[in-house]
Amino acid sequence: MTTAVDEALIRRLTPSVLGVLVRRGADFAAAEDAVQEALVEAVRTWPTDPPRDPKGWLVTVAWRRFLDATRADVARRRREDLVDEEPAPGPGTGVDDTLQLYFLCAHPSLTPSSAVALTLRAVGGLTTRQIAQAYLVPEATMAQRISRAKRTVSGARFDSPGDVATVLRVLYLVFNEGYSGDVDLAAEAIGLNRQLATAIDHPEVAGLLALMLLTHARRAARTAPDGSLVPLAEQDRGRWDTESIREGVEILQAALAHDRLGEFQAQAAIAALHADAPTAEETDWVQVVEWYDELVRLTDSPVVRLNRAVAVGEADGPRAGLAALAALDDALPRHAAVAAYLHERDGDLTTAARLYAVAAHQAPNLAERDHLTRQAARLNARRSPCRGHEPADL
Amino acid sequence: MAKYLLLKHYRGAPAAVNDVRMDQWTPEEISDHVQYMNDFAARLEGTGEFVDSQALAPEGMWVRYDGEGRPPVTDGPFAETKDLIAGWMVIDVDSYERAVELAGELSAAPGAGGRPIHEWLELRPFLGAAPTITE
Repeated sequence: MTTAVDEALIRRLTPSVLGVLVRRGADFAAAEDAVQEALVEAVRTWPTDPPRDPKGWLVTVAWRRFLDATRADVARRRREDLVDEEPAPGPGTGVDDTLQLYFLCAHPSLTPSSAVALTLRAVGGLTTRQIAQAYLVPEATMAQRISRAKRTVSGARFDSPGDVATVLRVLYLVFNEGYSGDVDLAAEAIGLNRQLATAIDHPEVAGLLALMLLTHARRAARTAPDGSLVPLAEQDRGRWDTESIREGVEILQAALAHDRLGEFQAQAAIAALHADAPTAEETDWVQVVEWYDELVRLTDSPVVRLNRAVAVGEADGPRAGLAALAALDDALPRHAAVAAYLHERDGDLTTAARLYAVAAHQAPNLAERDHLTRQAARLNARRSPCRGHEPADL
Repeated sequence: MAKYLLLKHYRGAPAAVNDVRMDQWTPEEISDHVQYMNDFAARLEGTGEFVDSQALAPEGMWVRYDGEGRPPVTDGPFAETKDLIAGWMVIDVDSYERAVELAGELSAAPGAGGRPIHEWLELRPFLGAAPTITE
């Protein structure tokens, strides 16, 4: 009788196996290929012949594959042995192999899309096909993107400490891509962030993990059965994942105790305040605004100021929100949606309906466009129950 | 099998029979419309005829090469552009007749008042690969 391969285990081991090969002096691109081959081999043979030491097994097989490939390469092209070519990076930097891999895959020389793809493959252990499906591009395209990325970072030194902020940006991008196809990118990002958090004690790593958990907790409530968006205030809070919220809050509190505030901790704090409110009406908007003030101070981002205007509208009334909005450039993404919402709260349904239609026109995705069109429709239906005479002047 | 593009226009198509702007529908009518579109795509996936479906933002611009070492020239967006594509669906079907049949069904998506929109869709055959056997 065969047992199913513990895919989660294999994938968890992937980065450290890769790290070992690179530490032994393997060129990153070749090491990554070898590890992928070892993973395929593991999936094939482990069901009938499970190893006692899975990581040791993977290291052995991957190293053998690497040597085979290198020898074949040498024989074929009469090139020097790659192992001799690349000086082995010295150990003792105090940073573990997995962490170094995160830094390498988020290397500043990579474009965001390349860093994302390389991280998912080399650290996350996803196959090229899975990553291609998740990002809706042909597999050959994704294969090229990954192989170019590997070449780009192959020359990068593996022993210099990287920048945690670049890694966090990559994980944030993966998380935000959400869910498409067979691969749950949000869950992938949480897994990668968890692993990173065990490798390094950094308040912003924890902050981003908390933000992801608190956001992910609302996922089931965020879409209606027909696929349409359900805004925060209208979500069935009974469908929020309380375990995920509990964990997120706990991680956030520990991070905040470091007293080194960063933007992810501040965003997580806002998410935690929402999670904390049993109903939308009971949200502590005054505190939400205070956290937005912190975020503005940390990032000086116009998008943050836009979100802050919504919070001000809730805390101090729609007029105050509109006043905060007036200071912002109306070319900002979602400016019209925020203005529509605040005008509706202020009782100006005509302006609100018009702005919702404008917002729908500018929406960056179908789900938002449908949602905003529905908002316009809702107000229009309320204002003119006997419709049917309006010209279609789109 | 032959591939066809079903093109939906923001502007440029002849006027639909039930031609009411979407934000003038009721929210339920919008939901029903979205549901119809989703069901249609799911059904074509089920029959093995679905290839792709995408929607485009209404705003775009013209871009062209402007010579060596110069950045491309951009122009627009033009509010008055006569033809503006809203999105497409690509199907892979056995016959032209089947493509027409499916385009008709898609055009029957419900709109204002729950009645079919009768929207005009542009049906365009793909220029496929040259056949291996030609004689």
